Amino acid sequence: MSDTPVLSVRDLTVEIPTRGAVLRPVDAMSYDIAAGEILGVVGESGAGKSMTGNAVIGLLDPPAHIAGGEVLLNGRRIDDLSLRQIRRVRGAEIGMVFQDPLTSLNPLIPIGEQLVETMITHLDISQAEARKRAVAALDEVGIPGASERIDSYPHEFSGGMRQRVVIALALCAEPSLVIADEPTTALDVSVQAQIIALLRRLCRERGTAVMLITHDMGVIAETADRVAVMYAGRLAELGPVREVLSRPRHPYTEGLMGSTPAASAGRPRLHQIPGAMPRLGHLPPGCPFHPRCPRAQADCTRDPGPTLAACDGRAACWHPVNVTDAEVSR
Amino acid sequence: MLAFILRRLFQSIIVLLIVGFVAFSMFTFVGDPIDNMLGQERTQADIARLREQLGLDQPFFVQYWNFLGNAIQGNFGISYRQGRPVSEILLERAPATLELAAVSAFFAMLLGISLGVFTAIRRNGMASNVIMTLSLIGVSLPTFLIGILLIYVFSVELNWLPSFGRGAVVDLGWWTTGFLTTSGLQALILPAITLGLYQMTLIMRLVRSEMLEVLRQEYIRFARARGLRERAVNFRHALKNTLVPVITVTGLQLGAIIAFAIITETVFQWPGVGLLFINAIQFVDIPVMAAYLMLISVMFVSINLIVDLLYFAIDPRLRVGKGRGH
Amino acid sequence: MTEGADRHTDATAEKPTPRGRFGRAWDSDFAWKFRHSPVAIVAALVMTVIVLAAIFAPLIAPYDPFDPGSLNLMNGFTPPGEPNAFTGDAFLMGTDDQGRDVFSTILHGLRISLFVGAAAVLFAMVLGVTLGLVAGYTGGWVDTIIMRIADIQLTFPSILVAMLIFGIAKGVTPVEYRDQMAIWVLIFAIGLSDWVQFARVVRGAAMVQAGREYVAAARLIGRSGPSIMLRHILPNVLSPVLVIATISLALAIIAEATLSFLGVGAPPTQPSLGTLIRVGQGFLFSGEWWILFFPAVTLLALALSVNLLGDWLRDALNPRLK
Repeated sequence: MSDTPVLSVRDLTVEIPTRGAVLRPVDAMSYDIAAGEILGVVGESGAGKSMTGNAVIGLLDPPAHIAGGEVLLNGRRIDDLSLRQIRRVRGAEIGMVFQDPLTSLNPLIPIGEQLVETMITHLDISQAEARKRAVAALDEVGIPGASERIDSYPHEFSGGMRQRVVIALALCAEPSLVIADEPTTALDVSVQAQIIALLRRLCRERGTAVMLITHDMGVIAETADRVAVMYAGRLAELGPVREVLSRPRHPYTEGLMGSTPAASAGRPRLHQIPGAMPRLGHLPPGCPFHPRCPRAQADCTRDPGPTLAACDGRAACWHPVNVTDAEVSR
Repeated sequence: MLAFILRRLFQSIIVLLIVGFVAFSMFTFVGDPIDNMLGQERTQADIARLREQLGLDQPFFVQYWNFLGNAIQGNFGISYRQGRPVSEILLERAPATLELAAVSAFFAMLLGISLGVFTAIRRNGMASNVIMTLSLIGVSLPTFLIGILLIYVFSVELNWLPSFGRGAVVDLGWWTTGFLTTSGLQALILPAITLGLYQMTLIMRLVRSEMLEVLRQEYIRFARARGLRERAVNFRHALKNTLVPVITVTGLQLGAIIAFAIITETVFQWPGVGLLFINAIQFVDIPVMAAYLMLISVMFVSINLIVDLLYFAIDPRLRVGKGRGH
Repeated sequence: MTEGADRHTDATAEKPTPRGRFGRAWDSDFAWKFRHSPVAIVAALVMTVIVLAAIFAPLIAPYDPFDPGSLNLMNGFTPPGEPNAFTGDAFLMGTDDQGRDVFSTILHGLRISLFVGAAAVLFAMVLGVTLGLVAGYTGGWVDTIIMRIADIQLTFPSILVAMLIFGIAKGVTPVEYRDQMAIWVLIFAIGLSDWVQFARVVRGAAMVQAGREYVAAARLIGRSGPSIMLRHILPNVLSPVLVIATISLALAIIAEATLSFLGVGAPPTQPSLGTLIRVGQGFLFSGEWWILFFPAVTLLALALSVNLLGDWLRDALNPRLK
């Protein structure tokens, strides 16, 4: 396998022009995802997680648009493609799984037909072949009796089953990257783990890269290889999952872990970050986290704020936590 | 599903019974049929004989029952004005109205749905805005003014198309058609536009708003995210979902076309049942009014029933008994 | 909180004015919306001019079209703005075949059109609101019967219902009174064909309100049903009723014009705009276009301005309408 990452995002910036000011839901984000790797993107709602995913696949709702940076898929730039060109990328090279399986399937079209149309659009195969593969795809995602249920309508399946169908749809044209946007949030807790396990297994088998967007640190801990923590549109921390979870460097990540019951097992009580994430139109100068940060100092309010590149490459923080002496002297 | 159809059928019959009651009451309470049928010179014996002949001496509900029985057999009595059986007059006039209504309905649906889809897909386009503005004026325009305007432009000024009548018709036994002659087809154009325009505007505005709603749905986003062609997204995924709610209203609109034909037929002196009805009102020809009312009700009720059945054909969520329902 | 306020949260978020109380906050928000809608301003202006012209018709009209003494047959078919070939009289909008001034007949026709339209809507409103209140407040079989009738009536286009009622009423009226009664029959017919919308909206609101604590409280202190409906429930449905009334007015004006045009409405002795258009249509082919044109344009201006105003009002007040 070559060294080129499947997805490479460089300084990606998304802007929404409004009457008063230009909002930046995603501000100069950079990250890579290698083949077979699962990158977890985590953050509070409104941190810009979904917006990054949508920007990568070119599905931003106007007036939101990519204002800067570039997106490379297998070394090829895709953020400046025409609608016709990006359409060929969607589904074929990037699969997408949405949050709510109840609303992401067209209620009036049998699921088999939705699979067939997706494959026929992207793969050079016959109707009959597509149908055969559709049965196989449903079988693979664990729909019992796939060959009988292929002509069923979405409403004839439960929520968990529907999300399996959605995953089959995302993977059926064999994309090299899957963007899963909160794939388990709308599901029963008992089903969540199964769906995550399924997604992980299928992607590992095929060597598909995954961008797993979630606000659930527990899911990240179980599934992801690396994790990107987002705060107010910016990358706060990026690193291997085990390291980030065990020794977070950004005070925000540390706070985030403190407020997640599973990840903070052993601590006496849930810790809460004081305050709330600022609204996009009212970002403070410098580091956007400093008004809530226990370690904030005078230089934290100065522009430009900290970035990964300007700091240690892992956390965008002038005064990171959990840093060994060796690293400080570097 | 069978239970549903039976329930709807039952409701339809109730509606028809009520309408029949209204029609029957018109006979009984509006004007005196004896007055209407016998001239000034009449004897008490004449009156008594006619009362008995018409069954007017029987109790109210017996009369109602007889009226319904007659109505089902298509017997609505004798027109006060023309002195001929109403059913005969109606049959003679029906083809003109039905042909006009069918052409208008086709035109209204075809253009209404396509323009609605177009203005929804090109939501902010120049053409869409022009169409939407025109449609608002179209809704405010009384139908008869549209007819007069068309007559003025295409008959008076340009002299292209006839302004009244049906042109030459071909007699096919019990049906007369204007579809088979040039003058018949020419005569159809202006009335059909006049009649269809208002319905077209309504259908278009409805399709547009429904389609915009559907295009906001998550499954449309997902269809886009799967890289389906725009055409497939718009016409396979969005249109199908748009048409489900549109069907009811459109169905009712098509029923309304037959009623609105009254206006168009008057403007263009089109020899259909609508013109007959207006003349009946002017001359208080109760049997014709009652028969028209019954006829129109049967049509409306059937259209409603068909619309309900179409729902089942289109929306799988309503077909019960297969897999797990929701 | 009113529905309208939801859309302007910044301006009205802190004003929890109950809908229907024409309080200052509601009023100013409403006025603000009006000032910022050119369409509404123009429509209101056109409507005001038309209504004033109709009210003061006898003062404005240069001739009395119904006074046979003032008519000069020699003036017949005078084109607008030109002096008549025989008498030298000039008429702003020309004259008809009888030598009647078209401008004056339009002014008087407007009076009838507007009167019939407004009276019909008023009738429909009183009937619909009353039935809706009763159905929603009482519930049970009263509700069932009223709403079933509404459903059945709604199956048929209201213009057809109006025609039918007109036909029946005409049949009931003795022949010698038919022309005299025509206007009232027309109002009755159009009003009766149009009550359903009012009843449906009011019933829905009344059902919601009837379940509220304050209504129960009013009942506890011994207020009667009608008093509760009028004093407590009615004010809550005023703004949707106002919107429906405006839209109904446009529909009623068009319905009246249509019926009169069809010859089953205002008689030639009391011509409304529709009657004038019916008469004018006869001269379309002989070239006297003005006899048709001016009444038609007036009707169009009236219908369009009321319609646009209703449309705007619906958006501005944004009550829950189906």
